[in-house]
Amino acid sequence: MPEHFDAIVVGAGPSGNAAAYTMGKAGLKVLQIDRGEYPGSKNVQGAILYADALERMIPDFRETAPLERHVIEQRFWITDEKSHTGTHHRNDDFNEERPNRYTILRAQFDRWFSRQVRATGVTLITETTVTELVRNDAGKVIGVLTDREGGALYADVVVLGEGVNGLVGQRSGLRPEIRPDHVALAVKETHFLPEESIRERFNLSNENEGVVIEVLGSVSSGMIGTGFLYTNKESISIGVGCLVKDFAEKQIAPYELLDRFKSHPSVRPLLKGSEMKEYVAHLIPEGGYDAIPDLTGDGWVIVGDAGQFVNAVHREGSNLAMTSGRIAGESIARLKAEGRAFTKANLRLYRDALEDSVVIKDLRKYRKIPRLLKRNRQLFTTYPQIVNRMMQSFLRVDGQDKRAKEAEILRGVKAARGSWFGVAGDLFKVARAWR
Amino acid sequence: MSARKDGSPATPRMEERLYQNRYLVDDGRPHVKINRREGGDSEELKSLIRICPAGCYSLNEDGRVEVAPDGCMECGTCRILCQDTGELDWSYPRGGFGILFKFG
Repeated sequence: MPEHFDAIVVGAGPSGNAAAYTMGKAGLKVLQIDRGEYPGSKNVQGAILYADALERMIPDFRETAPLERHVIEQRFWITDEKSHTGTHHRNDDFNEERPNRYTILRAQFDRWFSRQVRATGVTLITETTVTELVRNDAGKVIGVLTDREGGALYADVVVLGEGVNGLVGQRSGLRPEIRPDHVALAVKETHFLPEESIRERFNLSNENEGVVIEVLGSVSSGMIGTGFLYTNKESISIGVGCLVKDFAEKQIAPYELLDRFKSHPSVRPLLKGSEMKEYVAHLIPEGGYDAIPDLTGDGWVIVGDAGQFVNAVHREGSNLAMTSGRIAGESIARLKAEGRAFTKANLRLYRDALEDSVVIKDLRKYRKIPRLLKRNRQLFTTYPQIVNRMMQSFLRVDGQDKRAKEAEILRGVKAARGSWFGVAGDLFKVARAWR
Repeated sequence: MSARKDGSPATPRMEERLYQNRYLVDDGRPHVKINRREGGDSEELKSLIRICPAGCYSLNEDGRVEVAPDGCMECGTCRILCQDTGELDWSYPRGGFGILFKFG
């Protein structure tokens, strides 16, 4: 008789770790399987850690987790080829005892998180790829098959935290294939610099303060996408991500797009003299609320990126992954404690709790955004150009009187969108989708 | 890697870009394979020559698309683009093999 577990968790990223941790804490017998050499070695993110989602599980995580810098300043840039116009929000309140956001390096952070998971009694198997689900005659999922010898592994319930490109759920028909217009491809490089250089270049007081820059405009070369630059302790994470469908149609090589971003006159000085030590690529779910698949079935639940839990507007994902994993873990522990079976009907508990959480609430709020962006590419092309042209004209002192300058700026805005109706329509559409 | 006059790095070749990455290649067991389609490759498959972030796809002497997934970062872009054409046989490398992110 093979060993039987209460739950098997597929994947050791934020969602899988959160689920395994929660169930381990509740005293369940949990097996977690990851295909990497160690948890984190297959995982990629920008990466920002939002403290709240983790703090709800591990209140004292700051004492031991490998954190880079806490974010005290957020910059938002709108670029054209030679300029950027931006807003900054820097706030000394972010220098609090329990900071709200941190930059992290996922390969290191996930390894730490996994140690906390194992400390709860969860059994972890690494270097093992789950290949398919095992079902009983009634169709209920009762375990998994892996690429290791030794046959199937059995559990009462399987938690799929296998990520955006997870194959098990798709090939088992639990969730549909992702469409190229529901997913972005992001490429990123990690550039190393002395800690003092980062401090000086970003106007920071010490090695714990950090800056985040999110970038919209020419950085995506007309595609739906954004760029980002995050300060770590001794490195800078710089990347750009755009819809896979757009990359394919425009035939733009992702690494060339990243190179153009790195050589933008506003970015180049920040990276000067740095040494690139890793180049990575990863997919990001961008379909939003309408792309969320069925999250539960007889003997299984889906958590994290596999469930498309990414808020594209706020660039939140890992926190939603952790929250969904925690809620799944709590729901499973409760069913177990009450002696109820892991049927689709009973696992509805997870789906309902998720509906009441920030995960589904926020995704529902921005439900219309993916379609808005797809149909209004001028938000990535025309408007960034207008804004930068306007700012230059506004600031340049060249003998032209101010009234004439303003008239010229307004004419430029109108011409760029064809008419004032076009501009008003765009404003209305964005406001409506945002609401 | 040489630098431009203004001090910015020149565009690195793919080998240079991937050089810093760690891989454990499963020799003789490529995890991405092409199922040749009669009558030529689809536009989706051809697009990967430009789109694959690791530059794994190229044209061979016969003008057909080839894949060499040694530098693959396992992102899944090719799998998703070619899901309807059936030209790709895509699985993750065996446990422990493939890319090993240092920073992720």
